[in-house]
Amino acid sequence: MPTAEQHGFRPHTDGPVVPVQTRSERFRSVNVDDFAQVTGREHEWKFSPVATFADLIGGELDGSRVEIETTDAAGVEVSWIDRGDARIGRAGIPEERAAANAWSSFDEALLIAVSGEDEKVVAVTRSGLGATPRAAHTIIEAAPNSRGLVVLRGIGDARLSENVEIIVGEGALLTVVALQEWNDDAVHLASHFARLDRDAFLKHIVVSLGGKVVRVNPSTHLAEQGSDIEALGLYFADAGQHLEQQVFVHHDAPHTRSRVTYKGALQGQGARTVWIGDVLIGNAAVGTDSYEQNRNLVLTDGTRADSVPNLEIETGDIAGAGHASATGRFDDEQLFYLMARGIREDEARRLVVRGFLLEIVQKIGSPDLEERLTAAIEAELLGS
Amino acid sequence: MSVLEIKNLHVNVETDQGTREILRGVDLVINEGEIHAVMGPNGSGKSTLAYTIAGHPKYQVVQGEILLDGENVLEMSVDARARAGLFLAMQYPVEIPGVTITNFLRTAKTAIDGEAPAIRGWVKDVRESMSALKMDSAFAERNVNEGFSGGEKKRNEILQLELLKPRFAVLDETDSGLDVDALKIVSEGVNRAKANTGLGILLITHYTRILRYITPDFVHVFVAGRIAEQGGPELADRLEDEGYDRYLEPAAK
Ligand SMILES: Nc1ncnc2c1ncn2[C@@H]1O[C@H](COP(=O)(O)OP(=O)(O)OP(=O)(O)O)[C@@H](O)[C@H]1O
Ligand SMILES: [Mg+2]
Repeated sequence: MPTAEQHGFRPHTDGPVVPVQTRSERFRSVNVDDFAQVTGREHEWKFSPVATFADLIGGELDGSRVEIETTDAAGVEVSWIDRGDARIGRAGIPEERAAANAWSSFDEALLIAVSGEDEKVVAVTRSGLGATPRAAHTIIEAAPNSRGLVVLRGIGDARLSENVEIIVGEGALLTVVALQEWNDDAVHLASHFARLDRDAFLKHIVVSLGGKVVRVNPSTHLAEQGSDIEALGLYFADAGQHLEQQVFVHHDAPHTRSRVTYKGALQGQGARTVWIGDVLIGNAAVGTDSYEQNRNLVLTDGTRADSVPNLEIETGDIAGAGHASATGRFDDEQLFYLMARGIREDEARRLVVRGFLLEIVQKIGSPDLEERLTAAIEAELLGS
Repeated sequence: MSVLEIKNLHVNVETDQGTREILRGVDLVINEGEIHAVMGPNGSGKSTLAYTIAGHPKYQVVQGEILLDGENVLEMSVDARARAGLFLAMQYPVEIPGVTITNFLRTAKTAIDGEAPAIRGWVKDVRESMSALKMDSAFAERNVNEGFSGGEKKRNEILQLELLKPRFAVLDETDSGLDVDALKIVSEGVNRAKANTGLGILLITHYTRILRYITPDFVHVFVAGRIAEQGGPELADRLEDEGYDRYLEPAAK
């Protein structure tokens, strides 16, 4: 009987998850030649369609400046700095070959420097990157006790491998939104490295809507006491799209806190999403409070969502640590239920997806951006 | 005066073993303000009748008609039927992740009325109905049916009945899975809705106990896809004593 079936969220992970390897011990280098050739079987690549971007992993990359358009805000300086600048490499360095290739290839780094205690918003849009494989390097630096919201947005065509360093100074409150709204053919591989100083707070938000392959891997080093990361993600994969995020949080100091919440929707043949969430609570991280979750909403057949949480704990003295991961289907019985209450089909779908993803949108903290993203999600739903 | 007419309804369903005929000529007329109880054994087709009225795509009408004030219901989409004034309280209400009760109710009300309800009055109506059904106000912010107990799901169905104010409601085993207290609360909700709007009700049930709280005008015994007998409330008492064996035996032989 169809009516007896319930398609609520189905947990697919329970209890402790055993990590493959201590995450902090992974090999790192800024030099592409230090990494072996990629086969696609490596743990960091095994979910990705590596054949579609071999050029970004191993080929020559154009490291010249990418075209940017930036809004003005008092207290935010946007400039290009030399690749030899001492400010480069402080937040973290690559753990895989595509990121190392970008690091080896960029000419200049884009520096977005935030200072001053007033709230401010700056949006940096990259466009017109074209079909040439490219490398980019960006540093977002929030001075001690500063506040700001930085949007790093990508539109148009792109074949881009990049590294983004995020440095959050003592007591600073920074929000970074990485917004991927590329054209349908775009390929974008990004590694974000955040380092948080004492009592610093970072809200890091990855929004991936457009692009053929978009892989954004944010890792956060809670390096000093009292630092706090809220890592949010929102993705909507259409037919043929691959959207991936490998999130890493390293608790490395006492009384640090992390909240990781990623939500995604999948619609159409071949829509594919990957979420890997690694949390490492190191020896020094006594009193850690950590929770990570990933939820996926499957709207049609022919999609695949992988969701893999990993939690490693090296100290017995923590305040709390947990994870959750679930993939649920929006099925015909749900549609029937809503329509049986007078709601039209398109609206029923919108209602469910909007409700599901809005939880993330509402946390961004910029009404303009929230409104624009809500509209972008609606457009996705209309199958554009 | 509204009327819901079901005429010679034959319904098939596709199963793995091929097409099965489930409803075999159902005739039923429900006038506004009347309560019709449909009682029958498991698998006799009661839910099939309910779903067919609501327009569930799994059920194919091969013969017969359903008319609402003369309008052909079978030509209407599921949502159009609801907007025309039909309501189905489901036997197994579905969970809708990501949609809060508040959001859902407002969206449904707006769809059915063709305009958004005036906010003040609406919020008050929702609050009052929830409290009458002894639903904690925290439910308003929970996702529809997600993690609800069986009894909570049934209350949520009746909450919608009260707020959406249909002309005809089909209640599919709203009583099953309820303890005595919950049964009373839910029955009062149904009686209240009827007192307020004068709707007609098709009350599908397995057991007579709900009929102690909701008094039917007519009782229909449903067996093997059709109505085998009908009468007044006294028929329910007889079913209570004798069960359905009397109707089943000829078929078994
Ligand atoms: N979608 C379906 N696919 C296959 N068989 C179905 C389907 N829907 C109903 N049936 C079958 O039709 C018959 C009638 O089912 P229905 O759910 O209408 O019975 P019911 O009278 O409501 O039973 P219950 O008292 O158990 O709720 C059953 O044999 C059932 O297995
Ligand atoms: Mg039934």
